[in-house]
Amino acid sequence: MTSLDLSPLATIPARQGSRRERRMMWRALAFVAPAALLMLAIYILPVLVLTGFSVTDYQLGALDWSVIGLGNFERAVSDPVFLRALVNTLIYAALVIPLGVGLALGIALLVHGTKRTRGLWEVAYFLPVTATLVAMATVWQFLLHPSLGPVNAAIRWLGFEPVAFLADPALLIPTMALMGIWQVLGFNMVLFLAGLTAIPKDLTEAARLDGAKSPVDRFLTVTWPMLGPTTMFVMVTTSISAFKVFEQVAVLTKGRQGSETLLYAIYLEGFEYAETGYAAALTLIFLALVLILSVGQTFKLDRKVHY
Amino acid sequence: MARFVPHLVLALGACVMLLPFYCMGLTAIRAPSEIFDISLWPIPEDFSAGRNFAKVEERVPMGRFMLNGVIVCAGILIVQVATAVPAAYALAKLKFPGKALFLALVVGALCVPMQALALPLFVGLAKAQLLNTYFALMAPFFLSVFAIFLFRQSFRSYPDEIIEAARLDGFSEFDICWRLVLRGSLPSLSAFAIFSVVAHWNDLYWPMIVVRDTALAPPPLGMLYFSDAESGADYGALMAGATLVTAPMVLCFLLARRQFIAGITMTGVK
Repeated sequence: MTSLDLSPLATIPARQGSRRERRMMWRALAFVAPAALLMLAIYILPVLVLTGFSVTDYQLGALDWSVIGLGNFERAVSDPVFLRALVNTLIYAALVIPLGVGLALGIALLVHGTKRTRGLWEVAYFLPVTATLVAMATVWQFLLHPSLGPVNAAIRWLGFEPVAFLADPALLIPTMALMGIWQVLGFNMVLFLAGLTAIPKDLTEAARLDGAKSPVDRFLTVTWPMLGPTTMFVMVTTSISAFKVFEQVAVLTKGRQGSETLLYAIYLEGFEYAETGYAAALTLIFLALVLILSVGQTFKLDRKVHY
Repeated sequence: MARFVPHLVLALGACVMLLPFYCMGLTAIRAPSEIFDISLWPIPEDFSAGRNFAKVEERVPMGRFMLNGVIVCAGILIVQVATAVPAAYALAKLKFPGKALFLALVVGALCVPMQALALPLFVGLAKAQLLNTYFALMAPFFLSVFAIFLFRQSFRSYPDEIIEAARLDGFSEFDICWRLVLRGSLPSLSAFAIFSVVAHWNDLYWPMIVVRDTALAPPPLGMLYFSDAESGADYGALMAGATLVTAPMVLCFLLARRQFIAGITMTGVK
């Protein structure tokens, strides 16, 4: 009798357990399903389609198209407009990355030293981050106006010739970079402030006792090395956003006078001229550049959260 | 003396940072005749705010643009949260086949900027005859891999004992996910909401691609239409328009500074 009683008792919980586990698994799959379907529709299929387009001469609306292999990429490397857009984007990044990161570090160091006024400075420097760049680029256009704008009025008052920020082709990209730096400073400042707050006070104190008398010495021996990971992260995010520069071009020049950037050139080819195949190849080049930059960022993001 | 130097430098820098906002507000309330007055004196001789703002509405449907912005931002945020929260809960607390693959896809997708997907998404929406709709404006953003990643990190720290106890008390997984675990992550939720709304209120690239109909334009695209049409003539009205477009996010920032900074800086994926 006892053996007959025992066997069902021993098996039922196990069977219930596996049934329960299976039910939980289906529940979990149901929870993931909407996101997984969207992942398929928004990321996976588009990336496959994009890669497919890039080896064809497909034009949106055209009835026939053919596979041309790497033809689009060959066209890109000899296309003066695309190469100009690439160079413009690199110049833009070369201005925005060092100035946007360096100035932000300087501001963060100064703000970190203040106590009661810290909130005030945070608001003042962070405000441009939240403002709509399209609207603010229109405002900058007015500020830099050769005759009506206060910036040129100040330059004239100082006794210099007015600067044609938005008419001189050589100054267009630097002017856009000026707006880019203006917008990114507060964002980077906040990241640096978080990094600075995380540095233990004892370290700075120990450096002071060890003979690092001046603030510059203490910055070089403690702050700068401790800020390393933050600086790396800020550099990467700033370069990614620099490679995506678009709004300033759309508002100020629409790509006239040779001022296209990478994303604007892609916009024109893909959506204005309906050169779908060629634009897909350009997009892949853009994606490759951003991926090289963001692989480092994701590792950082991952590590920041895990440890 | 050495204590004042940092404040002086910061104050000068702050003036440069705030100059565009100041000039925008000032020009928006000045009469056109004062446009050549380069002084930054805050009180205009002839207070013309009413005239300038009325002119904006006369030229472009700015009210409609703002409403479009609200509809698009709200629609995107609701679907993002509705899809990301259960997926993040399953990733953090449940077992299912393909979990590692799905997580790898989420992390991989974090690196892919929306602009790289715009072309195939545009072709797809064009083939489906869905261009020039609110759906087209919102659809590419329905899945936020960033939200999934963020919520997963936050949900993981929720105690398993409480979830187990809730199951024994007869709570459904749905209730555990939405009413227990999510409640423990409200700071992440509010930070994500701010990040999402700011990003999509300010976005120009995607609306510029899928919308040709003025009546559907969100604020940045509307602002672009306006500044193109104005071609630099009436700066009073232009600055009034810029003020309207910028004001909602700036006001929210001033009211909820801490959450805003947390929300925007939680990610470099701007």
